Amino acid sequence: MTGRTAGLTGTVALTRLALRRDRLTLSAWVLGLSAFMAGITAMSVSGLPTRQDVIEQTELMAGNAAMRMLGLASGASVGGYTLVRGYLTLAVLAALMSTFAVVRHTRQNEETGRADLVGATAVGRYAGLAAGVVVTVGANIALSALLGLGMIVNGQPMAGSVTAGASVGAVGIVFAGVAAIAVQLSSTTRGASGIASAVLGLAFLLSGVGNMLGRADASGLRVVSAWPSWASPIGWGQQMRPFGGDRWWPLALFAVLFAVLLGVAGALVRRRDVGRGMLPERRGHAEAAPGLLSPFGLVRRLQRGALLAWAVGMLGFGLVLGAIGGEIADMDGSARYWYTRVGGTDRIVDAYRTSIIGMAGMAAAIYTVQILLRMHAEETEGRLEPVLATAVSRARWATGHIMNAVLGAAGLLLLFAVGMGVTAGRTLGGGVAAQLGDLTTAALAQLPGILALGGVVVAVVGLLPRWAGPVSWTVLMASVLLGPLFGPSLKWPQWAQDLSPFTHTPKAPAAAITMAPVLTLLVAFTALAVVGIVTSRHRNLALPA
Amino acid sequence: MKATISVTGLVKKFGATRALDGLDLTVGTGEVHGFLGPNGAGKTTTLRVLLGLLRRDAGAVSVLGGDPWRDAVSLHRRLAFVPGEVNLWPNLTGGEVIDLLGTLRGGLDRKRRADLLERFQLDPGKRCRAYSKGNRQKVALVAALASDVELYLLDEPTSGLDPLMEAVFQEVVRELRGAGRSVLLSSHILSEVEALCDRVTIIRAGRTAESGTFDELRHLTRTTVTVETAEPIDALGEVPGVHDLSRDHTRARFSVDPGEVGEVLRRLVTFDVRTLTSSPPTLEELFLHHYGDDIRVPDASDAEAGLGSSR
Repeated sequence: MTGRTAGLTGTVALTRLALRRDRLTLSAWVLGLSAFMAGITAMSVSGLPTRQDVIEQTELMAGNAAMRMLGLASGASVGGYTLVRGYLTLAVLAALMSTFAVVRHTRQNEETGRADLVGATAVGRYAGLAAGVVVTVGANIALSALLGLGMIVNGQPMAGSVTAGASVGAVGIVFAGVAAIAVQLSSTTRGASGIASAVLGLAFLLSGVGNMLGRADASGLRVVSAWPSWASPIGWGQQMRPFGGDRWWPLALFAVLFAVLLGVAGALVRRRDVGRGMLPERRGHAEAAPGLLSPFGLVRRLQRGALLAWAVGMLGFGLVLGAIGGEIADMDGSARYWYTRVGGTDRIVDAYRTSIIGMAGMAAAIYTVQILLRMHAEETEGRLEPVLATAVSRARWATGHIMNAVLGAAGLLLLFAVGMGVTAGRTLGGGVAAQLGDLTTAALAQLPGILALGGVVVAVVGLLPRWAGPVSWTVLMASVLLGPLFGPSLKWPQWAQDLSPFTHTPKAPAAAITMAPVLTLLVAFTALAVVGIVTSRHRNLALPA
Repeated sequence: MKATISVTGLVKKFGATRALDGLDLTVGTGEVHGFLGPNGAGKTTTLRVLLGLLRRDAGAVSVLGGDPWRDAVSLHRRLAFVPGEVNLWPNLTGGEVIDLLGTLRGGLDRKRRADLLERFQLDPGKRCRAYSKGNRQKVALVAALASDVELYLLDEPTSGLDPLMEAVFQEVVRELRGAGRSVLLSSHILSEVEALCDRVTIIRAGRTAESGTFDELRHLTRTTVTVETAEPIDALGEVPGVHDLSRDHTRARFSVDPGEVGEVLRRLVTFDVRTLTSSPPTLEELFLHHYGDDIRVPDASDAEAGLGSSR
């Protein structure tokens, strides 16, 4: 066998292994994204019954600079409008699916030592990477086909639907290449995912800014993007213009970039040791800072990276959503109706602020659930055992997590409110100071509802440790779906909507904050947290073997 | 001698499995106590009950005079623990973990910390994910041994250590004994236990098989005798207590039951003994004596191993 092909020896076997490991994970990603596509297409079909509706909505998306950032209008069509609303989400999720899959089959194997085991057999240097890339590319091809199918079954034209699927899958494939390089650079799974995510963030930003700086053409229904869009794979996907010309030539850009990325990754594989990355491992402190030396300090340290990423995101979204605010006042039709219903008032500015703060509250709830579920991970992965073998009680340890979750959620909400207030002071009127006052108060009013959900997590970790993850996420999802954002649209009965803590969250700043629901939510939180702490005190620790 | 750890009739069930099935264990104050058993015998489960991480189903357990489940926090100020499987936070450094666990326990001795880092040759500035298995073990060891407490619970503390570090570990444990500390050392490395421990408890399938000083245990097991005589040895085979006899005219080699050594010697004298060596059983022989069945039937011990330490 020649040296060139010997490097790929074993790729077929490793590909089979990767498929076997991923049959559930990747299937869930592909099917979930396809269902999402089919769902938003169906919503567009039913929400835009006449040609006139399509034109009005598309004009809105093309004419408003802030709206252009969220999606690229390519002419008036139901399918095109669906992509304006959903393409960014789909492209970002496809890129994440690819990143996680490639990392899972390369760097994770090296980090856990499985790669040594496999590498000692007759397997070539590139086989692990090749297998991960092959499986990921395959998943993206399947995704492209199913996304197209999801639009076709909703009555959309064949050509546009297929182009739409390909424009998402191509982004996924390019990010398989990005991840292939990231896993050569960092020596850890988290580090590699972080590098690829940063590239994704940059691509997201470039395409958004390029579209924002672009302009609507003479028809007012199609946006011509500025150059930054062309520096981003996400921008390329949008430039394929599904349902608005169906251009296939940007696929060549994807293909060239993918080939270059793979070439670089291969060159890096040749130059590094198995198990190590190209970037040096940073040294840390030989002694602990005093702030680390408590259960609270430990949790704060462990979640520091996640909190920082969330903080940047919340502040950024706050700034953008405040800046968009001015355009909202001119809105009419169904879009206006949605805000006024969610906000519970006819004054559109108040309705907008209330519904946006409500969404920020739900984002902070996701953070809270994520942080509190860390308790369960620490327990089952064995890191709790040495802590509880010291003079730390289970209650004190749990309290450290809860305090971090509460303060973290509050901090994120305040950051969001400050970001939104700073830009909204100009766009929504009333001045920055007044906006900051209104919005920070409204943001803090979200906390009791978030805490009630956090209480559920603490209770489940105590009572049903084995089911902590699925139950917590399900309760969060159900609370969002039954809550004010979706509950009324989906026409749930009132009692079902009342199950969601978000239904009881004050509709500030549109309405005054009343104490009764706030107190009820706080009592629910306290009761659930106590149940969780007491039950975890009375059960065996769920320890690894 | 006042007992630091006293366990009687301890039962711990995981579902239908009885991981501990009437275990007895006594560790005296100032004693280094070896806790021996094959994988899955219940050593780790016992330590977790002693720490109050698992709740006992039956039996009496007392650690430093308290109930480990009820008084967990106050007892943990007075003891230190090295887990069998060391799981650390990947993004914290070894030094940070040592300080964290020491402080949470109620304080650690800075001088002792520095001294142990030096002796175990551990770099405290590396992140835990970058440590090898042996170095992770050292982090756990330094984190426990840097605290000045009354009792040290060590669960297979030298797994992954090289022989030089193993020697350092033994030296440190001897110093602890010299300072009057109590140590419960769970292990399956017999030479380590033999070198360090005053008394041992051997467990099997969740029960105490044997407990005592080495001398006491040796008394329970046969002594091996090699003898050379002037006159041909005959009729030794019928002497009660003699086993595994191999004989060649004036030489013989056999093992003797503990209670019968005197009687056998009286018989030997009649053959005019020229040379005689007798060796007490090694710990290894004691161990094999108790686990002989498991070794012959590996499937059975594997099944126990899987159940005893799960969860």
